[in-house]
Amino acid sequence: MMEIGLNHYLVLSTILFAIGLVGVMRRKNLLMLFFATEILLNSVNISFAAISHFYGDLTGQMFVFFVIAIAASEVAVGLGLLVVWHKKHNNIDLDTMTSMRG
Amino acid sequence: MFEAVAFYLFAFLTISMFWITVTTSQALYALTALAAGMIFISAFFFILGADFLGAIQIVVYSGAVMALYSFGMMFFDTTRDVKEKQGNKAIILGLSVLAAILIVAIVAGPIVSDNIQALYPVIEGAGNTQQVGLVLFTKYLVPFEVAAVMLLVAMVAGIVLAGKKMDLSLTLMDEEEIQSMDNQDKKVLS
Repeated sequence: MMEIGLNHYLVLSTILFAIGLVGVMRRKNLLMLFFATEILLNSVNISFAAISHFYGDLTGQMFVFFVIAIAASEVAVGLGLLVVWHKKHNNIDLDTMTSMRG
Repeated sequence: MFEAVAFYLFAFLTISMFWITVTTSQALYALTALAAGMIFISAFFFILGADFLGAIQIVVYSGAVMALYSFGMMFFDTTRDVKEKQGNKAIILGLSVLAAILIVAIVAGPIVSDNIQALYPVIEGAGNTQQVGLVLFTKYLVPFEVAAVMLLVAMVAGIVLAGKKMDLSLTLMDEEEIQSMDNQDKKVLS
């Protein structure tokens, strides 16, 4: 109980991943969906860093770097698209995006 | 002992912050709770000995990503309550079962593959930042450069998408066209 092992970190990571999935499933606003995506990416980062620590391997930390880079670029492009959509349709609900129009 | 106290404290804080993020109906509460959760996650990186990652987590997530979100929220109507999705029950049930199976797989994966070998072992007698630099700039140099190009592409895409009058190119226009455009802008403004 007092000795923190790899399984503690993996359980924490899965709890955070489940919270992110709950967010993805119940949110309608696209900005809130982005927040839930950030939670998913962060939970995976924790498990990568924990495995890297407990197996004495640096590959996990490298992957965390690339995940952070991908998250940053995803936010930049996603928010740009969201701003364009909000200017055009004046809301960012998912219901208005169910069909693709030109 | 100290590690256990820190782990449970920050686990509780992170889980509660992220739970607030996914359940609150106020967009601003969600944003601030997410920023707090990001900072608490960096504590796990410090506990795990990945000091450089912890600093990167604070700088990139709480600095860059959260600043980008708060700038983006200036465009949106954030005072209105966020509506919740009342989805199909069968789809939600199916996705929940899928997520549970996924969680079991995630937890069981490292236990099953117990004969795992360290591909790039920790270098003795070097700090974390030095180790990260040694591996990143030798073994992972090409992915690092590709990530840099990807960030550049994302930056250009963000500017083009969110900026105004990005469909015009000033270098391809004549002087008279630019002059007339400026005059039009002045009329609009005044």
